[in-house]
Amino acid sequence: MDTPNGGQVRSHCVGTTAVVYASDYLNKLSGEKIERECRRQLNCGCRALVIDFSDTKLVNSIGISILLGIIDVAEKSGAQIVFSDVNNQTVELFEMLGLTRHVALAKDEREALLNLSHFETTTPVVH
Amino acid sequence: MEPSTQKLIHTFGALADLGQEIAGAGDFTEMVRTSMHLLLGTLALRRGAVVECSGPGPLRCVATWGLGDQALNGFEIDEKELESFLDGEIRESLCKYRDKLANEGIELVVPMVVRGEVTGLVLLGGKASGEEFSNDDFETIRAMVRHIGVGIHTHRLLEQVAQRAEENRRLYDELRTIYRDTVRAFAAAIDIKDKYTQGHSERVGRYSEIIARELGWSEEEVEGIQIAGYLHDIGKLIVDRDIINAPYKIDAKNSSELNRHPNAGYEILAPIRHPYADIPFMAKHHHERLDGRGYPDGLTDQQIPMGAKIVSLADSFDAMTTDRPYKRRRSFEDVVIDLRENSGKQFDGKVVAAFARAILKEVKGETRERRITKMLGKSYLESDQVETLLTDLIADLEDVDRIYKIFQDEQDLSCKS
Repeated sequence: MDTPNGGQVRSHCVGTTAVVYASDYLNKLSGEKIERECRRQLNCGCRALVIDFSDTKLVNSIGISILLGIIDVAEKSGAQIVFSDVNNQTVELFEMLGLTRHVALAKDEREALLNLSHFETTTPVVH
Repeated sequence: MEPSTQKLIHTFGALADLGQEIAGAGDFTEMVRTSMHLLLGTLALRRGAVVECSGPGPLRCVATWGLGDQALNGFEIDEKELESFLDGEIRESLCKYRDKLANEGIELVVPMVVRGEVTGLVLLGGKASGEEFSNDDFETIRAMVRHIGVGIHTHRLLEQVAQRAEENRRLYDELRTIYRDTVRAFAAAIDIKDKYTQGHSERVGRYSEIIARELGWSEEEVEGIQIAGYLHDIGKLIVDRDIINAPYKIDAKNSSELNRHPNAGYEILAPIRHPYADIPFMAKHHHERLDGRGYPDGLTDQQIPMGAKIVSLADSFDAMTTDRPYKRRRSFEDVVIDLRENSGKQFDGKVVAAFARAILKEVKGETRERRITKMLGKSYLESDQVETLLTDLIADLEDVDRIYKIFQDEQDLSCKS
C-alpha cells in the first residue's frame, strides 16, 4: 500500500525495496522531498530503491544534483538504485550527464522490481 | 536532440535559475546552497562546497554536498595563497590541504573574486560521467561561480547596511532619550520657579499622554504631546517670580503679565528643531478656549490645534486637583461638574470624554498601571460616586457629540440645497 508521508511523496515497499514516486517537475522543492523519503527508507532498512519517474516531465539542474546525492547515499549504504519509467528526453539528459553510469534504468516499476529481485530478502521492512 | 544542444539548454536553464536565486531576497545560506546545487547539477558533479572568507584566516563553510559533515572543519587560508587567487584562475587544490581534499574527492578549487577581493572559494568534485573537465565546463564553472560570488558580496554589503542602520537606530534612540531627559529637566526647572506647583509640568505631560493615547493617537504623536505637556509653561521663565508665587489672586496688571507666557513659550520653542510636530503651537495655544474667550489669540474651536486642546485640559485638571496658594484643591465631584459645564465652552467635549474614559478604566481596575491615581493620590478617587460620575459624564458628552453631529449634517445639507 502507498504511504503518503505527510501527503508529500508517494512511496511503498516491496520486501526490502522501496519505490518512491517523483513528481511531474523534479526541482529543488520536490527533489528535497524525494531525497528525505529515500534517506528515510534507507534508514528503515531498505536494501534497494526504485525511483519512479512515470509522472515526471522535466528534471532541472537542482534535480540532477539531488539525484546524485541520493545515488551517493544509496552507494554508501550498499543499496541498489533503479530509475523506472523515465521519459526519452530525461533519459538523454541522464545519459549525457553520466547518471546512467551509476543507476540502472527500467522500463517500468514492475521491471525495476524484477531486476532487483535477487536483492529481495524474505524479511519485509518495518516502518 | 543533439547532445550538445541539450547540454546548452540544460546549462542555460541553470544559469537562468541561478540569476533568479541570486537576485531573490531569501535566506542567505539557502541561496548559497541552492546556487551550489545548480552548479553541481549543471555538470553533474557529485560533490561540492562553498566557503566564505573575509581575508586571511579561517574559511567559513556555507554549504556542502556529498562531503562529510566535518570535511572542511578547521580549514584556513594564508595571505599568500589568498592573494594568489586574485587572478580568478581555477586550481586543483589548496596548498595546505591537498591530501585531505583529494580524499574527499575534490578536484577543483574556484575562487570567487568580486571587485578585487576574494569573497570565498567553491570546491568541486569530479563529474558523474567520469570524464575530464572540458574547456566549456571551465567556462560554465567560471560564469556560475562569478554569479555566486556576486551574491555573497551583495549579501555582505546588505549586512553592512543593516548593521549601520541598526547603529543609527541606536544612536537615534539615545538622542531621543537625551532629548526627553533634557525636556524633563527643563520642566523641573520651570516648576521650581513656582513653589506651589512643583511637578505640574511633569503631570501635565503625563495627563496629555494618557488622553492622546485614549484618543487613539500614534506612539510618535503620543510622545510629542507628552513633550508639549512638559514644556507648555516654559514661557513662565520670563514672568516675574513674585507674580507666579503670589499667595493671593493676582490683579489685572499682573494677570496680563502672566498671560504673556504662552507667546513667550512659543518664542522660546519655535527656533528649536523638535523631533515632533507642532510643540511650539501647543505651548502657545494651551490657554485658548473653544468659545473664543481664551488667550493669546482668542481662537475658537476648529482654529485651536487638537494638541493644544489636550494640553489645555491636562493643565486645568492639574490646576483643579492640586493645592494652590490661594485655595485648596477641589473634590473630584466638583471637578467633574466643572468639566461638564465647560465642555464645549472651554474644553473640547471629545477630549474631556477621552480623559474621563481613561480615569474610569483605572477606577474599574482595567489598566495594568494606575498612573492617574498615583498622580492624584491614593484616596482622591476612592469615593463610591466616582464611577457613576465618570460614566454619566461620558454618556452626556457622547450625547452632546451626537447632537452636534446631527446639527452639523443638517447645516451641511441646507448649505448644499
